[in-house]
Amino acid sequence: MTNPSESVIIVVVSRALARLIQLFGIYVIIHGHYSPGGGFQGGALLAAGVLLLRMTEGGRASQSEVSTEAAIPLAAVGALIFAGAGLVTLAFGGHYMDYGAVPVPGVEEPVVRYYGILLVEFGIGLAVMTALVAIFDDMVAPDPYGNAVDAAGDRAGTPPKL
Amino acid sequence: MNWLVELVLFILLLTTAVLALSVRDLLAAAAAATAFTFTMALLFVSMGAIDVGFTEAVVGAGIVGVYFIAAVFQTSRRTRD
Repeated sequence: MTNPSESVIIVVVSRALARLIQLFGIYVIIHGHYSPGGGFQGGALLAAGVLLLRMTEGGRASQSEVSTEAAIPLAAVGALIFAGAGLVTLAFGGHYMDYGAVPVPGVEEPVVRYYGILLVEFGIGLAVMTALVAIFDDMVAPDPYGNAVDAAGDRAGTPPKL
Repeated sequence: MNWLVELVLFILLLTTAVLALSVRDLLAAAAAATAFTFTMALLFVSMGAIDVGFTEAVVGAGIVGVYFIAAVFQTSRRTRD
């Protein structure tokens, strides 16, 4: 989990497969507003690619995509894009997430709605991807109570006092 | 023909559910729970709920399975009860 896998086959196959999973995740986000899928499913697929690399190559393998420190702030940025796109329409006098109310010169109203939904889908995808990676990083982090795990996978010592 | 597919899926659903609850190895139980979730996603798709089935397949079989395995590696591999 935290150490790289010793099998060459697992490492090579997961490297190739992670990129395919993430490519499909981007496809699902972009086509989310007129076909099954959307920001949540695409973000979960993007996170699945990152988690596959972290499981097979150790926690340091995919830090350049979503680092452990940046995961929670990026999730906040994604939620801000989601909520902020709705608040912008309020500022122009429409309802919450009523994208047609935003006046863009030279662009028809359905096109503005189209790109508004796409922007919100990107926000959801970013938030879901980074939040799922943050949950995984928190689960495999070293035990804050200092109990070591022996070779059989059992905890040594007494259970922590909560 | 559709009821035949659903019958096979329901039998697979019950089998994986009983397996996940009864097996002693927690890693095998996590794998059986993931198979249960994926069968559930196939059932949703066969009922016509494509979006629900897609979400179930991605989140249940993809992400939650990884979380189960991470949780098993943080505790003991076998149950004691």
